[in-house]
Parts: sequence; structure tokens; C-alpha cells
Amino acid sequence: MTVDMLNVALPKGRLGEKVYAMFEKAGFECPSIKENNRKLIFENPEKGVRYFWVKPSDVAIYVERGAADVGVAGKDILLEYAPDVYELLDLDIGKCRMAVAARSDFRDDPRKTLKVATKFSNIALNYYTAKGRDIDIIHLNGSIEIAPILGLSDVIVDIVETGTTLKENRLEVIETIVPISARLIANKASFKFKNTMIESVLTHMASQREESK
Amino acid sequence: MNLQPVFTPDERAAFKLRALYRSRGYRPYNMSKFEEYDLYVRNKDFLVSDNVITFTDTNGRLMALKPDVTLSIIKNGTDGTDEKVYYTENVYRVSKGTRSFKEIMQAGLECIGTVDDYQILEVLTLAAESLRSVSDRSVLDVSHLGIVSAVLEESGLSRASAKEILSFLGEKNLHGALEVCAREEIAPNAAQAIKTLFTTYGAPAEVLPALEGISQGGKEALDQLKRLTEALNAAGIDTVRIDFSVINHMSYYNGIVFRGFVEGIPTGILSGGQYDNLMKKLGRKDSAIGFAVYLDLLEDLLEGEEYDTDTVLLYPEGADPAALAKRVAELSADGERVSALRTLPEKLTYRRVIRFGEEE
Repeated sequence: MTVDMLNVALPKGRLGEKVYAMFEKAGFECPSIKENNRKLIFENPEKGVRYFWVKPSDVAIYVERGAADVGVAGKDILLEYAPDVYELLDLDIGKCRMAVAARSDFRDDPRKTLKVATKFSNIALNYYTAKGRDIDIIHLNGSIEIAPILGLSDVIVDIVETGTTLKENRLEVIETIVPISARLIANKASFKFKNTMIESVLTHMASQREESK
Repeated sequence: MNLQPVFTPDERAAFKLRALYRSRGYRPYNMSKFEEYDLYVRNKDFLVSDNVITFTDTNGRLMALKPDVTLSIIKNGTDGTDEKVYYTENVYRVSKGTRSFKEIMQAGLECIGTVDDYQILEVLTLAAESLRSVSDRSVLDVSHLGIVSAVLEESGLSRASAKEILSFLGEKNLHGALEVCAREEIAPNAAQAIKTLFTTYGAPAEVLPALEGISQGGKEALDQLKRLTEALNAAGIDTVRIDFSVINHMSYYNGIVFRGFVEGIPTGILSGGQYDNLMKKLGRKDSAIGFAVYLDLLEDLLEGEEYDTDTVLLYPEGADPAALAKRVAELSADGERVSALRTLPEKLTYRRVIRFGEEE
């Protein structure tokens, strides 16, 4: 029966491994996950937990639709897609920021519509709407940094971690929109029906976060 | 004839709910499919989604296909007459997944006029029973906006910040709320009260004692919540949980608000509360409370049938139609599904095959 299993969606990659280590420390270990293979689903019936690796930007979808009870997603994804989930904890890992970047010689001309290239259309739109600035969104799926260089856009809105990529493409951050970090999210119905397990994950993770501060 | 397997979960639920609401004297409410668009424009935020299908009527008026039932019921009622009505109606809304319009079957009830503790208790009971009639495992989350707004008011937060906190509350996003509290430098005890709103979740008997003294102005609301949940408990309803993250739009709702969940469906299937503020906006003086059940979501509870049909009755060319009809009637008498066919379709699944004319 799946009733008492806690389904956890982990973001593939380094962040996901860090998050799994936190779950392990919280008492939800699943040794088989460390075997080096291409499986995507791992479970430990003894601990009543099942993990699966998904694309980081998909975690929120799995959780919103109830395929996963809890998951870990970046605040960028939560802001962009506004999924109907509970955002239970800021894990304080995977930290970076959502920022506006442009060529170092860029001067904003308020008479012109600002051309913004981004993967995060909603975040960009909300940010500029709040400022009352007219913009033209150019939605790209990758290599955002080259848009200003080729004159495709005036600025870009993207995640900035160290700023190295920007520097190499002769761009610089001109405004920070919002700091980003990984969040523990939960499906709203699961929170009711698997409350004890989810509360236990939450307490353990919160205390681990305090310790590492 | 056993009709049970014939109904889909939403149909079964619709019948059960009608019987349930009828048992408390609620009367069926029928209405036309259309309403003047104006009604929805003026109350956009009350709607689940603000997209409405509109068309121009023959007399030039702009009409809408109903996206909601409550507004129509309020608009058509008159003050001073207590009204208890229920409905099962189709409404037209944009579904979040496909971003296109969908016909959605919705059931619900409204209790308009005098809304005292008994009426609220009855509505809460019917909400809990509605969930129970759908699934064995259900939860009714209950909150009191009187408590939430009192805590926010006493915290001394600016309006904008209080609004921010409210939307964080809906996400149970405590870290976000604490950031706002730190930014606004509010008093530690006020921040503590806000924190309590976020972390409270559980059965009323377990969590209500800890809420004592959470706010001066919210005392009356807390007492009401206590009285009502105790009465629900006494009536044998043990699915109620206190959860302040149920935050219906405050410009429409006040007092008790609630949301219902059943296991197996990832989102809430029931939503309701007391909406005196909406009544005022529509020029009514009465109080009102009600809820809606989103029956379209019950599709997820539909269990697949093992076979397409029970019996395939294969008959040869030239078989006597009257004899064949008689045999089909015999076989289907006890509720079995009988498919009389000339040849066996490749993908059909069935329990057994009988060859007509070759039987013993």
C-alpha cells in the first residue's frame, strides 16, 4: 500500500544530494539511493519513504499534483510558477539571487520599452509592473547571457550565483530582484493525511538548519 | 437492478449530497445558465478565476455563462427572509491545468439571513458530512478570520505588510512572515502571536488551549471557535482540524472559514465560510454562510473496471432476433453487462464468452 509511504521529490544534481543527506540525517535514510545506477526511484519500506529524482524545475509540479508529498524546490521556481503548495521551510542552501544584468555600457532610457530576455517571464513581469516600467519579454530557454551582446535585449533577468558567467560575457548585475534559496514544500492534502511524517521532517530539517548557521 | 456500479463518483456524490442537504430542510435552487456579466465584474475577486465566458444577448446586453452560483443566489434573494438553499449546477471556469474553459460540476449550499452559532454548526456539520460521504478519510480545516485579523491588527503592521503576511499564511511560509516582522521591527510578543498562527495545526482539543491569550480583540472569535468545535466533537465529528492557513478573501469573508480535503485528491475539494462582507457589497443587510463542493475533482477517485464487459454473446449470421433478445435479457437480469456481437473485437476485455445457439 502507498498510504503510509512518504513520497519525496528530489531535484537532480548537487543540491538534491545535499537535500538527501538532510533527509538521511532526519531519520529517513534509503541506502539504495547511493548505488551508482540509472534508477530514478528508490524506496525504503522500513522507514516508509520513497525518493525520486526529477528535474529541479519539475519538483513543484510533482508536489502540487500530489505525486510527491514533499519536495525541495528553489524559490525561483516557486515565484515563477506559483504552485498551490505549502512552503514549509527555507533550507538556507542552494543560495543565489534573481537579478537584472546588462552590458556594462548599458544606460536605461525610460522613453523606450525595456527589452528583457529571461527564462523567468512571470518574475520579470511582476518586478517591472511593480515599478511601473513598460517591458517587452523575450522568453528564452538557455544561454540568456548572449541576448544583450547580440542586441536581442537590453537586459536579462536570471539567476546569479557567483557572477562568473556574467563577467565572462562582459555583463554586470544592475539590480537584485530577490534572494533565492531552496525551500521545503508540501502538497496541501498530503500535509493533512501524512501530517505526523511531514511535521517530523519539518522539525528535523529546521533544527539541522539552525545547527549549520 | 443494482445501480451502484453505474454511477461515477461525482454522480454518486451529487445524489448523496442532495439527500444530505435536503435532510436539514435545505431547498433546491434552480437558476438559468446565464447571468448579466456586470455582476461578475463588480465582484471579480470573489470568483475562483476571473475569466468568464461572455456573449451578447439578442437585446444587446452582455451576458455571462455562470462561473459561480453564490453571487446569483445572493442577488436574487431579499433581506429579512431566512433562506436555506442547496444546488448542484454546472459552472464555467478556466481550469488551471489546461488554461482553457471547462464545465465544472459543483454542489453547495447557502444559509442566508440569521447566522447564529446553531446555523454555523449546522453548516460545518454538513460540510464534514459531505466529505465523509465522498471518502472514508477526510479532513475539514477550520479557521476564524476574526482571530487572524485581530492578531494582525494588534501587531501594528502596516496594511501592506499585513497583506504580505496574509499571503504567506496561506502558504504556511513562516520564514517569509518572520522576515517581514523583523523588517517592520514589531514587538516580540506580536511576532510570537503571528508565529502561533502559522504553526498551529491539529485537532481542536489539542491546539485550542495553546491559543489562549493570542489576542485581546480576537477573544470573542476564539471563544466562538471553541464553542463550535466542541459541539462538532460532541456530535461525533472527529475530522475537524484548526488551520489558520485557510484564508479566504477577507474583503468578502469574515468569521468562520473552512476547507475540506479527502485522501487521494491533491487539492481541496470543499471551500466555504461566512461571507457577510460580500452580502454588504451586494447591498444586502443579512448575514450568510455557505460552501461549495467541487465535484469534478472526484474523477480521480474513479476506479478502473477490470473488464470492458462481463459476457460476450456471440451469435451467428441469421440468428433469430427474438430468441437472441430473450437470451440477452436473461443474461443481463442480475445486473451483468452483456454484449451481443457477431465477431469478437480484438481489444475488448471480457469475463466470459457464450456462443448463441451452441449452449447446453
